[in-house]
Amino acid sequence: MAITLTHYLVVAAALFTIGVFGIFVNRKNVIIILMSIELVLLAVNINLVAFSAHLQNIQGQVFAMLVLTVAAAEAAVGLAILVTYFRNRGGIAVEDISQMRG
Amino acid sequence: MLAAVAFYVLAAMTIASAFAVISVRNPVHAVLFLILAFFNAAGLFVLLGAEFLAMLLVVVYVGAVAVLFLFVVMMLDVDFAELRQGFLSYLPAGLVVAGALFAELALVAYAATSADGAPIALAPAGEGGVTNAEAIGRVLYTEYLLVFQLAGLILFVAMIGAIVLTLRHRPGVRRQDIAAQVGRKRSEGVELKDIRPGQGLG
Repeated sequence: MAITLTHYLVVAAALFTIGVFGIFVNRKNVIIILMSIELVLLAVNINLVAFSAHLQNIQGQVFAMLVLTVAAAEAAVGLAILVTYFRNRGGIAVEDISQMRG
Repeated sequence: MLAAVAFYVLAAMTIASAFAVISVRNPVHAVLFLILAFFNAAGLFVLLGAEFLAMLLVVVYVGAVAVLFLFVVMMLDVDFAELRQGFLSYLPAGLVVAGALFAELALVAYAATSADGAPIALAPAGEGGVTNAEAIGRVLYTEYLLVFQLAGLILFVAMIGAIVLTLRHRPGVRRQDIAAQVGRKRSEGVELKDIRPGQGLG
């Protein structure tokens, strides 16, 4: 049985769902939340590349590269914020992060 | 046939390791499962004919992002068992939302694509038999030059932001101050003493 576009879309949908589910159940652990966001972005990348192959258009891969760039930048800044927060507060419990609420 | 087997193995490994990322107790193991998920996704990209992006995924994610996660997880002295409590209380709501989301996404995927059951082709190689990397380069440096530069700008800003956020000037650490060194005057450094013979420096 041949692999069609639908197969790749379902894999990406499963990855996306797992990422969102991870954000839900690990609500107290920022590190796992950041990893879940990476999973969601990976699902988006799989979708982009699958459609790039399906439509025979290279632009999807260019955009997947841009998503990769944004994901790397987001991880770097997010982890930097996490390190600074840990240094100031001595913990990374998410529900304590409410100081900036107006 | 072999491609189909490879697809199913890679897809199953990707989804299983992604699920392990969010469910294992030890965050170091979670990062390692994240690396496994990215490796298998890179394999899926190779199956699709996007070799350049697959290698980029391995280099950027496994080589940089995952190692960054590993550093942070190992450096921060956090009680992760305490952060895990409430896992079960959030589980029902998460399952409901995740189930609805997956049902919708799979429904859209089937509805939008089941009309043409054609097997998925390899990614376009471009005319003249160029490789995947060259095909990307041909559009990236011409049509998407501005976007490419903007991506570099995003990385630059992220780098500066991360440095500014984590840089710390601790008090009490003696640093070299070149301006003070150069701006020193003779009158501040040298003192002439008139010493009488036989008296010594009292």
